[in-house]
Amino acid sequence: MGFSMATVVPLLPRDIREEYMLLSNRRRMYSGIILVVFAALFISGFRIAEMRNAGGFADGFSRILDFPREVVVEAWEKAGNLPGHAANAFPALLETFNIAMVSTLVGCALGTFLALGGTRGLARWPRLVPVARRVSDLCRAVPEIVIALVLIFVMGGGPVPAMIAIALHTAGAQGKLFSEVNENVDLKPLEGLESVGASWWQRTWLGVFPQVMPNYLSYSLLRLEINIRASAILGFVGAGGIGYELRNAMTFGQGKFDEAAAIFLMLFATIVVVDQVSSWLRNGLTDGKGA
Amino acid sequence: MSAVHTDIGASDIRERAQRLIARKRNLAVAAPVLVLLYLGYIFFAFDVPGLMQRARMDNAAILLSDAVSYKTHVTRDNRHDTLSVSIEGSRRAVFPADSLPDWVTQEGERTSIFLPAGHVVTYDGPLVTYDLPDYGQIRVTVDDPITLVLPQPGPVPDFISASDSRVVITTPSGRVTVTRSRTDTFRYFWGWELFFFDLQSPFAGFTPAQVLAAAISTDRLDPALPNWQAIVRDVWTNGIWRHGEVFWAIMETALMAFLGTFGAAMIALPLAFMAAQNFAPSRALRFGVRRVFDFVRGVDALIFTIILSRAFGPGPMTGALAILITDTGSFGKLFSEALENTDKKQIEGVQSTGANALQRYRFGVIPQVMPVLISQVLYFLESNTRSATIIGAIVGGGIGLMLTQAIQTTSDWEKVTYYMILIVLLVIAMDTLSGWLRRRLIKGDGSGN
Repeated sequence: MGFSMATVVPLLPRDIREEYMLLSNRRRMYSGIILVVFAALFISGFRIAEMRNAGGFADGFSRILDFPREVVVEAWEKAGNLPGHAANAFPALLETFNIAMVSTLVGCALGTFLALGGTRGLARWPRLVPVARRVSDLCRAVPEIVIALVLIFVMGGGPVPAMIAIALHTAGAQGKLFSEVNENVDLKPLEGLESVGASWWQRTWLGVFPQVMPNYLSYSLLRLEINIRASAILGFVGAGGIGYELRNAMTFGQGKFDEAAAIFLMLFATIVVVDQVSSWLRNGLTDGKGA
Repeated sequence: MSAVHTDIGASDIRERAQRLIARKRNLAVAAPVLVLLYLGYIFFAFDVPGLMQRARMDNAAILLSDAVSYKTHVTRDNRHDTLSVSIEGSRRAVFPADSLPDWVTQEGERTSIFLPAGHVVTYDGPLVTYDLPDYGQIRVTVDDPITLVLPQPGPVPDFISASDSRVVITTPSGRVTVTRSRTDTFRYFWGWELFFFDLQSPFAGFTPAQVLAAAISTDRLDPALPNWQAIVRDVWTNGIWRHGEVFWAIMETALMAFLGTFGAAMIALPLAFMAAQNFAPSRALRFGVRRVFDFVRGVDALIFTIILSRAFGPGPMTGALAILITDTGSFGKLFSEALENTDKKQIEGVQSTGANALQRYRFGVIPQVMPVLISQVLYFLESNTRSATIIGAIVGGGIGLMLTQAIQTTSDWEKVTYYMILIVLLVIAMDTLSGWLRRRLIKGDGSGN
């Protein structure tokens, strides 16, 4: 556009067409270069990964179903044991669920404070806005496994280290998401409340929360879905719950695969149920907001 | 209450409003009460009171002090009468006998160790003495049993723990442990030991200025290589910190995230067309593909990781495939939703010029969905970098594995700190990179190509 503005003589249709072709060719070339670079990175990356892997791709690909088959066959033979194993593992499953639930509650509460502190115009102390943002960035950046493993060393095993680790990460993630919600808050109710002498807490409680609550709850439910998975996977590296039981059943190997199968099934069922309930609740929230 | 009843409609509305407010008020009370009850149940279900007793605060103290300091051991083998000085007692970090640190001196059989605040420890055959300026000389003789002689009468002070087979003296300056087989003195230093050069390197103990001077000097310390190459090599192959291996581990983790995320996106895109209402060739196919997405998302990364590591063995490719499979489900769902939100008009416009199906997709659909797709893929790239650490710990690859190994030895806390810092830096770098790419690519694509 800058080009055509600079030339004084009006462009002929032929020039316009030429310019367009030039532009689109150049763009096509850039896209092509990006594509080639990306393909080269991807392929060489895959080759490096395969080289540094214990087993090759082609070799492993043919064996990919061996382990599931072993588990299914053994579980099928001992199908009668499955309910018993499921009942045995149920307390561990409950623990995994509780870890996810508590860390979501605690993390979202912390995240609410971080978000309020990190939104310009809503923060109680405007000077601390960058601090609150950096804190939530840092909480988000540290992987859960790092905090969990260190806390296991200090506190011993059990659900609390995993809970704290997931809660901290949740606080950081929700702090960011919530502050994005906060940025879209309509400031008029706040001004109205301020004009009648409301304090910061009253303004926030009565002016901000009613506006943001549906979004907050919806994001929190999504986070619960994520945290169930995180809590199961942390259990596998030693933080208790169903993941820990699964690892024990797995390391025992053949002969205990029926137990592993029961745990697989329960974990799968829990994740699906939580996802479905959460998506149902979230639909309710957005419908209610629209009406 | 009933004073202003003029017409039924108004009172009706008022009643309804009051009911609504009452319900909201009840909810505002009930929700926090329920949450508190739940937390109360958790307090006991998670055994928080027991945890407070079990928590090892001394472990926390070890962790914190070890993360920022290191100790040098001066060890006398009492059975063979030999002396060795090593960092953290590691066999890979033993000082050569002819270049001991300047705070350890040897005259014949007698070894003097100078600790901070004027404390001096000497080993003289079986006799160990510890001079404390305010207290006097503590004398310990290695014998059967070990004997302890205090300079002042009275009970054994708190900083000495003594039995027939073991005497331990702990002061702010250091720590001396005497057993029948060996005598150990620990001196503590701030920082991370031998971070750049281990003791095998000719550059060990150089100051930064000396290293710089050596790098530009032509006097070769290692005759085989120019100095700057020897410096790089020695840092890279540092026997304690293993910078080269750590670099590869970080690269493996980043690689897992990169391959997994983009591989999943490439597989999910064609599948998403089959799962989107407005593009699916048949209802049955759409239903089938959607159930596959749901199944893959439900099975979860943990289970895929386990299955794949059985088939492919430990390594970064296994981790990448685990991320790839899990994210194919998430991407399939997100992409098909984006496709369902596309505007028909653009596609019809392209069709009106006589474009075939492939051209319609290329010029009518892709430009519409590309910004959404790219931004989702890049968001996943950042979050998968974090997942790749934990998946690495399970499949046995990348920095996640090094981290768990360092934590399991429960002594290398400075390494744990180092890896933690590297992981956080990696996540921040990926976050910055994906944010930068998102801004560049989406701006470029929004203009119509």
